[in-house]
Order: sequence, then C-alpha cells, then structure tokens
Amino acid sequence: MTMSLISRRTILALLAGMSFTPVFTVRAEAQLHVIEIDKMKFGAAPAGIHAGDTIIWKNADLVKHSATARDGSFDIDLPRKSQDSMIVKNTGTVDVYCRYHPGMIMTLVITP
Amino acid sequence: MLKHTAIAFIFSLVSTISLAQEAPQLNDAQIAHIAYTAGQIDVTAAKLALEKTEDPKVRSFAELMESDHSAVNEEALALVTRLNVTPEENAVSSSLAGQAVEAENRLRSLSGDEFDRAYVENEVAYHQAVNEALKSVLIPNAQNSELKSLLETGLALFQEHQTHAEHLLHEMK
Repeated sequence: MTMSLISRRTILALLAGMSFTPVFTVRAEAQLHVIEIDKMKFGAAPAGIHAGDTIIWKNADLVKHSATARDGSFDIDLPRKSQDSMIVKNTGTVDVYCRYHPGMIMTLVITP
Repeated sequence: MLKHTAIAFIFSLVSTISLAQEAPQLNDAQIAHIAYTAGQIDVTAAKLALEKTEDPKVRSFAELMESDHSAVNEEALALVTRLNVTPEENAVSSSLAGQAVEAENRLRSLSGDEFDRAYVENEVAYHQAVNEALKSVLIPNAQNSELKSLLETGLALFQEHQTHAEHLLHEMK
C-alpha cells in the first residue's frame, strides 16, 4: 500500500520532471517532397529533408531512369512517365545517380 | 581490318554531316525525318546485337539503346502528328539509311568478340557523328520550339550513350 503510493509519487514526479526537460523532440509531421526528373536532369534537391519524410520520384522524361543511391541505401527504377515513392531512412549526404545514364547526378542532404 | 571498317564508317558519317551542313536550310519536316531515321538505325543495330552477342555488358547496352531510341522516336512521332508535320525524306536521311545498311551487313558477317567490338566501335562513332550533327546542324536549324527541345533532350541522352559506349570499348581493350 505504502510502496505503491511511493512508487506512484515517484512516477508522477518523474513525469512532471520529464515534461519540463524533454529528453527528445518529436517532429510535428513527416513531410512529402517531390523530385521531378525531366530532360535528362534531376530536379533541384529539396531543402530540409528529414529521416522519416517521404520522397516521391517523378519521371516526366521520355526514357526510363533510376534514382540510385551511391551508398546503396536505395535504388528506385522509374519507367518513363512514372513515379514511385520511398521513405527516407538514412541521414547524411547521399549522392544519387541514374543507373542507365550515370552522368545524371544529384545530392540529397538528410538530417535526423 | 576491324579498325579499317570502323574508320571507314566514321569517315562516311563525317561526310554525311558536311552534307547536312551544306544542305540549304533544312526545314522541320526534314530535320524530323533525319532524327527519326537516326533513331531507327540505332534500334536496328541494337536488335542485331541482341541476336548475336553473348556478353552481358554488351547485351545490357543494346537493351538500353533499343529502349531509349524507341522511346525518343515514339515521342517524335507523337510530336509531328500533333504539329501536323509530315516527316520529309531528304539527302541526309537517305545517306544515313544507306550507310546503315552497309554497316549492318558488315556486322552480320562477324561473330563473338569480333562482333562485340565492331558493334561497340560503331556505336561510339555513330553517336559521336549524330551528336555532332544535332549540335551543329539539326538543333540550330529547328524552328518549332517543341521540336528543338526534343532534339536537345535527345542530344543530352545520346551523349550519355556515347560515354557508355566509350567505357565499354575501353574495357574491351
């Protein structure tokens, strides 16, 4: 009885403490970014990409392309006039290229 | 021997380009015909390569040539239809087509590594020549902005193909 009272107080105290000094922050909402490929070029890399966000890769071009991470973290095949989405997992700077036309490159900066 | 055939092919393409340069102002219907013909030639060469090659890298290159050039030509056909332009045969496109038949016959007579090397050498020379023609003649002469834009995208694409073919050839040496 006494024990459970103490432990309840302890828990309440801990919760109260936590509410003043949060140990982590939860980002409001995962965001959606669209990167369009057209005329043999990747569109500009969106600013403010965070892990957990979604990227839609949209291939508006005449020919098939891919969005392939140099570090192997993703490899998305994009038939002509198609799109596909992915959830961003890794953080850091990721170099991206097209497997079919490796001269096509872009860089994503992903923060936690 | 192989070197000779490749060199002869380059020379004849160079003369085709000068023919294009001398041509008194190509119109859009003629430019469309040249671009379409050039695309078809590479699709035909790719199909031959897919019949003959056993090299996985040459095969995947040929698959890409077939799919990319078919896609561009499909778009070109859709564009000329929309613009109500009938592609017009001309000295440059006929010359290209004639040379392509010769090149195809030469390639057909080869097999194995000899075929692979000759095919890739031709692809390097062919893309180089077509890109030069696009850059110096076809794009500057194109009047319609959509046609011009399609040719520009084509040039960026075919430059990638040229680099790809050059890498393949380098690996063979």
